[in-house]
Amino acid sequence: MYLLNRQQRHVVNSTWMIVSLMLVALLPFFLFLGLYLKSFLLLYDYNIFDLIFSREWRPSAGKFGFYPFIVGSIWVTLVAMLISAPVCLLTAIYVTQYTKKRFLRVMHPAIDILAGIPSVVYGVWGLLVIVPFISRYLGPFFGVKTMGYSILAASFVLSIMIIPFVLNILIEIFRAIPMELKEAALSLGATQWQTVKHVLMRKALPGIIAAFGFGLARAFGETMAVLMVVGNVVKLPKSLFDPGYTLPALIANNYGEMLSIPRYDSALMFAALILLAVSLFFNLVMHFFIVKFNKY
Amino acid sequence: MKLIAKIEEKFFKVLMILSTYFILAILALIIYSIFEKGVKSISWEMLTTIPSGGYYYGKGGGILNAILGSLFLAFGATLLAFIIGLPVALYINVFLVKYKKAVNLIRFILDLVWGIPSIVYGAFGFSLMIFIGLQTSLLAGILTVTLFILPIMIRSMDEILRTVPIGLMEASYSLGSNKSETAFKIFTRQSVSGIITAVLLSFGRAIGDAASVLFTAGYTDNVPNSLMEPVATLPLSIFFQLASPVPEVQNRAYASALVLTLIILIVSLFTRGLGKRYHKTKINF
Repeated sequence: MYLLNRQQRHVVNSTWMIVSLMLVALLPFFLFLGLYLKSFLLLYDYNIFDLIFSREWRPSAGKFGFYPFIVGSIWVTLVAMLISAPVCLLTAIYVTQYTKKRFLRVMHPAIDILAGIPSVVYGVWGLLVIVPFISRYLGPFFGVKTMGYSILAASFVLSIMIIPFVLNILIEIFRAIPMELKEAALSLGATQWQTVKHVLMRKALPGIIAAFGFGLARAFGETMAVLMVVGNVVKLPKSLFDPGYTLPALIANNYGEMLSIPRYDSALMFAALILLAVSLFFNLVMHFFIVKFNKY
Repeated sequence: MKLIAKIEEKFFKVLMILSTYFILAILALIIYSIFEKGVKSISWEMLTTIPSGGYYYGKGGGILNAILGSLFLAFGATLLAFIIGLPVALYINVFLVKYKKAVNLIRFILDLVWGIPSIVYGAFGFSLMIFIGLQTSLLAGILTVTLFILPIMIRSMDEILRTVPIGLMEASYSLGSNKSETAFKIFTRQSVSGIITAVLLSFGRAIGDAASVLFTAGYTDNVPNSLMEPVATLPLSIFFQLASPVPEVQNRAYASALVLTLIILIVSLFTRGLGKRYHKTKINF
C-alpha cells in the first residue's frame, strides 16, 4: 500500500517538517537581507541620515528625501490611533465587564467581518463616504477649503481598519484578568466603574499599551486604503486637512516607473526596509509588554 | 463628592455603550454603502466576460479576468502555504512539545512575521522574483502571497493544535506509533475543524490583499493559461478602475468592490459554519 516502510516515512515526514520550519523561522532574516541588499545601492551613495531627514524628492534628479513621507506616515498613524484607542478601550471594557456573555457572541462575528474586509474595500468606502464628508461638511465647518483627500480622511479610514485588531487583543487582555481581583474590589464597596478604573485598568496597563502598540505598527504599514484617500502630494502637511503622502503609498504608487530611473528601485526598497524595521521594532517592544502583563 | 462619582459612573457607562454601538454602526454603514453603490451597476455581463477593447473608457466587458485571477492566486497560495504550514504547526506541537523555550521563540518569530505589512512582502517578492529570474506572473504572485499568509495560517493552526490533550499523544505513543505518525494521523484528525478554519482564514486574506501582488502578479485583461503568465486580481482591478476619470468605469469599480466584499463574506460565513462541523473524527475528553 505504501511505497516506503514506516521508518522511511518517518524520516521523510520529519525532514519535510524541519525544512519548512527552518524556512519560516528564517523568513524575517531573509526579508531583511533581501531588502537590504536591494537598497544597498542607495545606501552606498547617500548618507542614511540625509535620506531620512532631507525634504527634496526628485528621483529623476537623484534627490531622494524621505522626510515628507515619514512625517506623513507618522501623522496618519498617530491621528488614527487617537481616534481608535478610546473607542477600542471603552468597547473592550463594556463587552467584557458590563454585558452578558451572549453579547460577546454577537460582537465577535462583527469584529471578524470588520477584520476580514479587504483594505481596498475600506479605501472605496473612504472615497464614497469619508472624503465627501470632509470636503462638504467638516472642512467648511472649520473654515478650511479642502478636496477631502487629506491626512484626516486617511486617519479616519485607518482608525476603523485597526479597530478589530486592537479590540481583539484588548478583549483577550481583559478576559485574562482573574475574576477574584474584581470580586475583591467589589466586595470592598467599590462601584463597578471604580473597580474598572482603579483595579482592572492598572492590572491591564502593560497589555493595553501593547495592544495600542500593535495597532500602531499595523497602521503604519497599511497601504491601499491610505493610498486611495490621502491625496498623495509630496509636501509636509501643515494641518489635518492637507493632503499628504505615506511610505507604503510611495512604494505602491511608483512600482511602475521604478526601473526606468537609476536608483529609484533602490529607493523604494529602502522605503520598504524602513517599514520592515519599524514593524519589527514595534512588535518586539510590545511583545515585552505582553510578557510583563502575563507575569503578574 | 458622591454626586460627582455617580455622574462619572453614568458618564463612562454611556460613553462605553456609545463606542460599542459606534463600531457596530460603522460596520453597518460600510456594508450598506458598498452594497448601495455596487448593486446599481452590477450585471451578469460584468461577472461573466473579460474586458473588451476600450473597457477602461466605458465600453463593454466585465471583470471575469480579475475574479478568476484572484481565485487562482488565492487557491495556489493557500495550497502552498498549507503544504509548508501544517508540518510546521505539527512540529511545534508534537516534536517540540517538551522544549517550551524553543516553542515560545518560534511563536514569537511567527508573531513578528505576522505583523510585517503586506507591502513589504510585495517589495521583497519583487526582489526575489528578479533574483530567480521570474517575470511578473501568477507564479510570482502565488509565491509572494504564500509568504504573506504563512504566519497567519501557522499561528491559527497552532492555536488549535495546542489544545490537543497530552493524554492523546501518550496514548498514541503507547500503542507504538512514532512521532510523525502521531502528528499526521492523530493530531490532524483531532483538529480537522480548526485546520479548516485556519485555511479559510488564510484564503480570505489571500484574496483581499492587493499590496503584496502589486509588484509581482502584473495585470492582464485575459485569464491566464499557465503559471508563467501575468494575472489580474480583484483588488487591483478595483483600484485601476477607480483611477479612471470615466464615471461608468468608476461605477464598475464599486460593483467590483461589492463582488470582492461578497466573496469575503461568503468565505467568513463558511469559516464559521465549517468550523463547527467535522466532529466525527474528534475524540471528546
